[in-house]
Formats: sequence, C-alpha cells, structure tokens
Amino acid sequence: MPQNEHIELHRKRHGRRFDHYEKQQKKEGRLPHILSKKAQTLRGIKAKLYNKRRQNEKIQMKKTIKSHEEKETKQREEVPEGAVPAYLLDREKQSRAKVLSNTIKQKRKEKAGKWDVPIPKVKAVSEAEVFRVVQSGKRRKKVWKRLVTKPCFVGEGFTRKPPKFERFIRPMALRFTKAHVTHPELRATFQLPIIGVKKNPSSPLYTSLGVITKGTVLEVNVSELGMVTQGGKVVWGKYAQVTNHPENDGCINAVLLV
Amino acid sequence: MSSDKAILSQFQLENGALLGGPVEIPLIVNIRQLNSVANGLAQAQQTSTDSSEITPYSFYVDDIEIKESLEKYFEEQTNKQVFEKTLNITCVPKARFQVIPVERCTATIEGHLEAITALQFSPNGKLLASGSGDTTVRFWDLNTQTPFDEYGKAHRHWILCLNWAPNGKIVASSCKQGLIGLWVGATGKQCGTKLLSGHRQWINSLSWQPLHLNGSCRLLASGSKDTTIKIWDTHLFKAVLTLSGHTASVTCIKWGGQNLLYSASQDRTIKVWRTTDGVLCRTLDGHAHWVNTLALSTDYVLRTGAYEPSKESSNVDLDNFDDVTLQTMALERYEKVYNLFDANGGERLVSGSDDFTLYLWKPETDKKPLARMTGHQQLINDVKFSPDTRLLASASFDKSIKLWSSRTGAFLSTLRGHVQAVYQIAWSADSRLLVSGSADSTLKVWNIEKRCILFDLPGHADEIYAVDYSPDGQKVASGGKDKSLKLWRR
Repeated sequence: MPQNEHIELHRKRHGRRFDHYEKQQKKEGRLPHILSKKAQTLRGIKAKLYNKRRQNEKIQMKKTIKSHEEKETKQREEVPEGAVPAYLLDREKQSRAKVLSNTIKQKRKEKAGKWDVPIPKVKAVSEAEVFRVVQSGKRRKKVWKRLVTKPCFVGEGFTRKPPKFERFIRPMALRFTKAHVTHPELRATFQLPIIGVKKNPSSPLYTSLGVITKGTVLEVNVSELGMVTQGGKVVWGKYAQVTNHPENDGCINAVLLV
Repeated sequence: MSSDKAILSQFQLENGALLGGPVEIPLIVNIRQLNSVANGLAQAQQTSTDSSEITPYSFYVDDIEIKESLEKYFEEQTNKQVFEKTLNITCVPKARFQVIPVERCTATIEGHLEAITALQFSPNGKLLASGSGDTTVRFWDLNTQTPFDEYGKAHRHWILCLNWAPNGKIVASSCKQGLIGLWVGATGKQCGTKLLSGHRQWINSLSWQPLHLNGSCRLLASGSKDTTIKIWDTHLFKAVLTLSGHTASVTCIKWGGQNLLYSASQDRTIKVWRTTDGVLCRTLDGHAHWVNTLALSTDYVLRTGAYEPSKESSNVDLDNFDDVTLQTMALERYEKVYNLFDANGGERLVSGSDDFTLYLWKPETDKKPLARMTGHQQLINDVKFSPDTRLLASASFDKSIKLWSSRTGAFLSTLRGHVQAVYQIAWSADSRLLVSGSADSTLKVWNIEKRCILFDLPGHADEIYAVDYSPDGQKVASGGKDKSLKLWRR
C-alpha cells in the first residue's frame, strides 16, 4: 500500500513502460478466461458469493442491451379495445348485465323504503352534545331551558317566543341561511340559500328545531342553476345532504341529491 | 257553407315579402289550385331563369297548415270567420325534387378491424369516408361497394371525427391523441407526410371554413378536450390561431357563414368567436349542464358548397371549375338560405344539452336565446336542421326524436319507435325523410310530412354509432360497433 504519491510522481516525471498499453490490453483480453476458470473452480461459500455478484452483473448487462435494441426499432403502441365515438367518450356506459341487476336492486330498495343518499349512515348526535342547560329563576335553580350548541336554520320571519316561555334558545350566531352545495356530476360548487331542514337523521326533535349536523337533508333554492322540468317549469327547490361538521367548520357543505 | 263564398287573401313569403296583390279566392278551391295561383304570382313577380319549373308550396294561415281546402280549414276553426278582413296566407316552398326513400341494404362491407366511429359522404355524394377504432381512415367506392386499396394508416389511436372539405377533395380526420390527418378523397393517399399536432388531448370536433368565404378550402378549425380551439392552415400544415376561453372540454364547433365560429363546451356555455383575429364576440349562457351538440340553419348549404343536388341531372362537373367560380356558386346558394326567415337575413343556432333541453339562438345579434325547447326526458345527443331549414330534429337518449319548428322553436311532434338511445340522425336532401340510428342496432326512416315511421331497417349486429345521408339523397351509410359498414338504397 503506497504511502504518499511517489508512484504518481515517478509516472509524471518519467512516463510509463513502452509496452504498457499493449500489456494492459492483453491483460483485459485474458480476463474472461480467468473469470470463467474462477467460476468453475470456486467452491463453498466463496462460490456462492461470487455467483450472486456475477448474476447481478449479467442482469444489468442484459438490461442495457435491451434498451439499446429498443431505441433502434420503432414499436407501435397497443391500441386499446372498446372504441367509442366522440359523443360517448366522457360517459361511462354500464354493461348490459349490470343494468338488469341494478333495476332489480332498485325495486327491492323501493319496497323496503330505503332511499339513495350519499351518506346513508351517520353517527347519531346525543342530546347532551346538542343542548346545554341554561339556569333560570331568581336563585338559578330552575333548569328547564336549553341552549342549542349546533348550527341551525330558522325560517324567514322567525320571531322568538317571549323569553319567559322559551324552552329552546337558538342563538343568532349559530343561525345559517346559505349552504355551499356541490353538484355531483358537474363537480361545481354554488352558494345557495336554504329553504328548510327536511330531515335530521338523529332525531325528529332536531328536525323540528332546524338543527343542522352531518347527514342532515336540507332543501335548497336552486333557481340560480336554471334547471327545468320536462313540462318547461323551472325547478327551484332541491334536496341536498350535509357532508361536513358545520359546528366545527363554520360553514355548511352539502352535496345535491339529483 | 255555401259554395259561392269567397275570401280576399294576400299571399306572402315567410320573411314577410308579398307575392302580388290581394286576390279573391273561393273557399272550395283545393291545394293544387292554390299551388298554381301561387306559382303564377311568383313568376309574374320575378323573371327567374327556371320559370318553367313549378315549385310545390305548402300553405299556412297563422302557423296552421291548410291541408285540403280553405273550406275545411275554416270548418276546423272555432273562431268566427271574418270575411271582411284580408286573409294572410304564408307560402312555404317545398323542395322541387323528391327523394325516394331507402328500403334495403345493398351492401354489408367488412374492412375495419374495430368499431366504426365516424362516417361522412363527400359533398357531391360520390365518395364515402369512414374512421374507426382500429386507427384507420378508409374510403369506399360506391359503385362497386368495395373499399379502396389505399387507406389512411397514419393515426395511432381511435379516429373520433371526420369532415370533408366543402370542395369535396380533402378529408380531415382527428384521433384520440389530438392529431389531425389530411387525406385526398379520390385516391385515399395522405396529404403531406405528417399529422397536424398541437392539441394536448383528444379532438372532439372539426369544421372547415365555408366555400363561399374561401374557394381554396384552406382553413380548418378543431375543438378539443384540452379546452382550446385551434385554426389550422392546411396548405402550410401549421396552426394559425388558438382560441382559448372555455374552462372545460369543447364538445362541438361550427364555422358559420359569416366568418364566425361557434363553440359549445362542457362548461355550459357557447362562445362566438371572430375567426379573422380570434376575438371572442359573445358568450351564450343558459344551459344547466354540458352542451353536447350544435346545429346551424345553414349547415346543409355549408356542407355541400357549390354542389346543387337538384341540378344533378344537368351534368355539371364541378371539377372543371376553378376556385373563384366555385366560391361564387356557393355564395349564391348560401344567400338564398340566409335570407329565408328575416328580411335582413340571419343564421340560427340550436344547442342540445345534458340538461334535457335545447336552446334556439340568433348568435350574430343576440345574447339571449329565442326559445327554450323542453320535453326530452334524457340527454340530447344530436340535433339537425332540415336542409330547407324549416324543421329541427333532436335525438335523445330517451329513445325518442322530437320535431320542432325552427322559426319559433314550437314543438311539432315526437317520433317514437326506437327501444334504446337514439345516437345520430340525418335528413334527406328534400327534407321529407329523416333517418335515425340507435343503440338498439336498427335504423329507422321517418316520413316527416305524416310524422310517422316509414321503414324499419334492421341488420346491424350491434349498436350503430354513425349514420349519414348522401347529399343527393340516394344512399344512406351506417356503421357501428359490429365493424361492418352498411349501404342502403331504395
């Protein structure tokens, strides 16, 4: 193991042997023979290690050769099957078998009274979460009043009952009038005014109060979208289902039920 | 009703022009006699060169057709007849020639290896080009009903759209990779060596510049899924203009006769562009879902250019004329159709959409639609104006075809018969027949005067994707998923 660079220094000063390059070439030419002798005579653990290393080298070589070959030949890419004209391109066509099974499934569901909603199962919200107890009376002992802690919808022309008789208090800060409704096919979102709360899946009490939680079905005013029925009448109210937790986010996001 | 009653009537054309002065007509006169009166008045007014031919007319009073005689018309009316007032009778000329309906399949030609996605006859009806999912564009010899030897192999993906240039010499084809190829129609060879590239996604629609604007058929417009529209110069093989503005895929484009380009898109709008400099003129809003198709009232004249099917028998060979003559001939034909409805002329545009409605627009002047046509129960796939521009037909996925009046947008009737979605429709050259192809693998020929089905043409093994009626009204070609092309004649 040479310490310092005296070998390189000598090479720089005096050059190499005259037959250096010839000898180098001949040595390289002998290399395959030596390697093959080695591969044939090695035994034991050394053989295993050598074979593994050699295998990797061969794989790399094959890959480079193949990539060179590919560059030379121009290959025609595979054209997929199922050609459709331009007007059918963005439309997913159901296979005919599926259509039949789907109609049967729909008939069964209609019989059972289940409807197609984007979020069918929602975790029910308990009363303890939605209502907070408000104490009243001179000695703060009466506890029959409740404060609603979730966003709700009250209609236009809503006036509170006299405070003495008001059992459920809906604070103004938690009253919403607009919802961000997404059309599922167009993938566009519009801000539409709410007409009313149709059904809150947790409890009919919440429906009557107008409490909006995740999974609530609202009726929204879609006259902005310009949809028309087959009779030529303008559609102005449609159902939408809430998809976020409005009490956490501060806004109501819903998906339109087309 | 006494037989010697007569009424003072004034004949007029659709755009309000009067045909002669008021004439006293007895009530028992029938349609044939009314026809000869109207023809006589028309000839007295103009010294037209073809005064020896008689134009058949149909007569309307207040948009209600007079079917047998004035007497019958008044009987059906519940209003009291006012004999002191002059009756305004509108004369609507029908096509002078009558097309014999197609009845039988004369040839089933295999040749394509995958479903046929696009078909079009050349403007003079002598050549047929078809594009398919096996990436080839083939040309068919209609006399021997066999394919040409040469066919277009340059595309690498499905052919989506085919369009003949209005001079009948070149075909443009577009594929799913966004490339456009140009082919010489008579031989099948490719024009040039490379395809026009520039779009980044597939091209939905192609439209040539009309012949009356440029006799050499140079400019071609293409609308693509990448939301842009490009105008190409086919002599230089370069893109001249790129029109961007849409926010979703452009589904259909039409080059109008006044050098305006109309484009419909999935972003629910239709945009009107000036093709000379690429400036957006106006945006037509109103649809609630994707706009699928567009149709122009001047579609038929723009497609056929200088070729007049009724003059077929006079052996005029259009190949002998030079570009400038062809341009003036096309302009003549265009002017006639352009001035049909209003005194100062106007093109009408109809758009069909996924929101199950159609809108009728006058895109050169108004931003607001003329009429909204509702009634379909599923999305509308194809809309076509009749060649005389008086009627509109719309084909929908709800298995029906609806007929509308193109002047007012009023609903006329529904044609039912198909059992699956109707994909494409095509009018015959005299506007009396309509052929429709559907997913239920049948073609149906409809009689428009009686509004009923005329012939049912089964024979295809799978869905029919493309239907075309030759502009001379002699043949119908149809192709679809079963890879074979069928030619139908009488």
